[in-house]
Amino acid sequence: MISQDAKKRFQAIVGEENYLDSKQSLVAYSYDATPNYQALPHAVMKPRNTQDLSKIVKICNEFKIPIVPRGNGTNLCAGTCPLEGGIVLIFTHMNKILEIDEENLTVTVQPGLITLDMINAVEAKGLFYPPDPSSMKISTMGGNISEGSGGLRGLKYGVTRDYVIGLEIVLPNGDVIRTGGKLAKDVAGYDFTRLMVGAEGTLGVVTEATLKLIPKPETKKTMLALYDSLEAAGRTVSKIIANKIIPTTLEFLDQPTIRVVEDFAKIGLPTDVGAVLLIEQDGPLEVVERDIKRIAEICEEEQALSVQIAQTDEEGAALTAARRSALSALARLKPTTILEDATVPRSKIAEMVREIEVIAKRNNVQICTFGHAGDGNLHPTCMTDARDKEEMHRVEIAFEEIFEKALQLGGTITGEHGVGVMKSPYLAWKLGEEGVAAMKTLKMAFDPNNIMNPGKMFAKESRRRLVVNK
Amino acid sequence: MSFTSEREQELATDMKKGMDYDELMNCMRCGFCLPACPTYRESGQNEAASPRGRIALMKAVVDGIMEPDEDFEKQLSLCLGCRACEPACPSGVKYGHLLEEARDIIQKKKKHNFPVRLLRSIVFNELFPKPNRMRAVSSLLWFYQSTGIQKIAQATHLTKIAPGNLSVMERVLPKVPSPSRMKNRPTHIAAEGTVKKRVAFFSGCLMDTMFMETNDATFYILKKSNCEIIIPKNQNCCGALHAHSGEKDGTKKLAKENILAFENEKVEYIVSNAGGCGALLVEYGHLLKDEPEWAERAKAFSAKVKDISEILYEVGMPKLVLDPQIITYQDSCHLRNVMGTFMAPRKLIQSIEGVTFKEMHDADRCCGSAGVYNIIEEEMSMQILDEKMKDAKATKARTLVTANPGCLLQMKLGIERAGLQKDVRAVHIVDLLAEALKNAEA
Repeated sequence: MISQDAKKRFQAIVGEENYLDSKQSLVAYSYDATPNYQALPHAVMKPRNTQDLSKIVKICNEFKIPIVPRGNGTNLCAGTCPLEGGIVLIFTHMNKILEIDEENLTVTVQPGLITLDMINAVEAKGLFYPPDPSSMKISTMGGNISEGSGGLRGLKYGVTRDYVIGLEIVLPNGDVIRTGGKLAKDVAGYDFTRLMVGAEGTLGVVTEATLKLIPKPETKKTMLALYDSLEAAGRTVSKIIANKIIPTTLEFLDQPTIRVVEDFAKIGLPTDVGAVLLIEQDGPLEVVERDIKRIAEICEEEQALSVQIAQTDEEGAALTAARRSALSALARLKPTTILEDATVPRSKIAEMVREIEVIAKRNNVQICTFGHAGDGNLHPTCMTDARDKEEMHRVEIAFEEIFEKALQLGGTITGEHGVGVMKSPYLAWKLGEEGVAAMKTLKMAFDPNNIMNPGKMFAKESRRRLVVNK
Repeated sequence: MSFTSEREQELATDMKKGMDYDELMNCMRCGFCLPACPTYRESGQNEAASPRGRIALMKAVVDGIMEPDEDFEKQLSLCLGCRACEPACPSGVKYGHLLEEARDIIQKKKKHNFPVRLLRSIVFNELFPKPNRMRAVSSLLWFYQSTGIQKIAQATHLTKIAPGNLSVMERVLPKVPSPSRMKNRPTHIAAEGTVKKRVAFFSGCLMDTMFMETNDATFYILKKSNCEIIIPKNQNCCGALHAHSGEKDGTKKLAKENILAFENEKVEYIVSNAGGCGALLVEYGHLLKDEPEWAERAKAFSAKVKDISEILYEVGMPKLVLDPQIITYQDSCHLRNVMGTFMAPRKLIQSIEGVTFKEMHDADRCCGSAGVYNIIEEEMSMQILDEKMKDAKATKARTLVTANPGCLLQMKLGIERAGLQKDVRAVHIVDLLAEALKNAEA
């Protein structure tokens, strides 16, 4: 509950119009894109600036009111579901580009800015911000930073973490700090910038970010290779990298995924093949042409059924847009869609995908897989029905087995979605009990009253590690 | 759960019983619909005013998480029903169906005050479903327009008594044909040359009275494009207005009448020239899916429905010429989002000699007309319309083309509001094509 006293103080800071507590508003901010998680906050607030926010956080700290910073709620780990109530902070008033610095190649943004709006603005100036989460049309920069988003261009250019160089953060006690800056070199003290990226709002609230830009690649080509089997596609991926070519994008989709994506996008994807690789290369024209030619040869050497190179930019864009819709398109099959992002070293992709198939069959659940083959980030996606408790139990077992296998292969439980609530029981599998303890110590140092996004990342109970039959 | 009234409690029970829970579950909350939603954008990105939010609200009522309070009803009312969220939804959620179900349930529990009850009853039971009465009311308007009363009323500012937009609306209404012309409607029109297609025409209620000139223009261009036209006599209003206002029973009744009127005609297509009507006609199959006697017949009817521009584009039109001018096109939401028609009207306009077609920014975004929305939700409607006029103005177009009577009136209203009467006109695509055809023949 938020006392009348606290409510009045909040309203004095943000204005009555920016303090929402009607039932409708509470329901509207009770969820994110994660299936099966919903909890009502006590209020929703729209701060107008960092000063507002600092004052809000101070009051929350005083009254021990939980705070959940939320962008547009596209995350898939229930990271912005207000499980312990409290306040959901939304950033519709803080959604501006503050500066594009063409001399230092940086852009400074507010957290509520939509990713694609930022990308369009910098590209208009011939600059490039590579991280491109599939949700970029909707997701906000604050969300990208807090969840440590990846994307389709991760293989060549890295992920959000690699581009955040400066932050302004409101700490859980209300203090405002700035980390990093426009500098390429800076070793003054601990690297709080990196710490805050992917901290999932558990250590503070990001109120401003400075991001590194690079010159926009001159050209880009997209191609599609079709395969009978995942094996062949997997071999191709390894061989491309072994040939010292790093494509911008190297994505794969299995057959059921191709089918539903085609059903939605209707761009003429073949629905009868075993697997598809979507490959993109960008850079100077000569390099792109040389690489695409060599990649096409490799695809053919590995028995691709066909290799098509998009003839126009529109054709290429249609292909990548279709891939971006894969998750939501899969949701057509069954009422509940649970998407995971188990990640393995890329040399282990084929083995992991095969194992996912075996696990799905053993547990009698339907799992489709697509993902970023180039960087080993897989998205095994289970189509189920949350109302079927018995099946949901089998789904849970299947995912446990998938995580177990991924770790065994030197992988991790999440590549780009974050831990949130979804993955919190498995965090210790990756970090060990000592690793989790060290992280908790850090969290307590920043947030002794545990008001920042409580219940996320650290689970009340860890899951006992399975013994997987081999 | 504490209900503040018995009505809320009953409504919650009805929602639980009546809503398609599977469809509510199909929304996986990815948020892809958010950028497509006009009310989400115009409300300063209020999640509750988005399709994902509204589905969450409906589901929350069914799940017993929230009461169907006044706020809830207001939020559903604020939705334009433009269905721009549907093509944007990779999961294929039928948002329009959910909205109509919810509105129907709410409507049944509504205790309107007497004037509203009377008005609804007149509109939904006595006016739209009764062609004679539609003609009678239009005749009144004709009388008003053609006797000079209109001029006097306008000159003396009597029209300003009308609330909100109605006074401007009054100015932008089309010139209604005389009662005798409205009565003697054709039932069959032969093609001019060798018959390319035999089609049946869906006349509509407003289209065959207030917008009769456009229906006549439709016959003219179809005939000139070598289509034979059957106009079944016993057809009635499509029911779209009923459906969007939560009058599902009335909608079904009209649907059945229309199926009966058309089902024995040996035609390839049923032509519609109003986006709003066409979109409901193609959904008769869904509307009557639970009535064994009608389900298959409704499906067969819906399968034949096509928009006029698709047919003209398919058969090919004779030469079209207009004075050199820039033309832009505003999509009818239902035509685009439900019927999937958006290329054909553009191609037709581009095929007119002398015309420069200029696409306006966000042409696929709702103009805010949305049936009676511009009267019920005037504030939001005008906010959306004024944004739209900025985009229209930026094209420097002299002619703004639409494909639905509601959108057409809204565009005319927008032109008045933006003070562009002297430079810009709004026309239905059919009227534009007829003009270009006559021009080419002259």
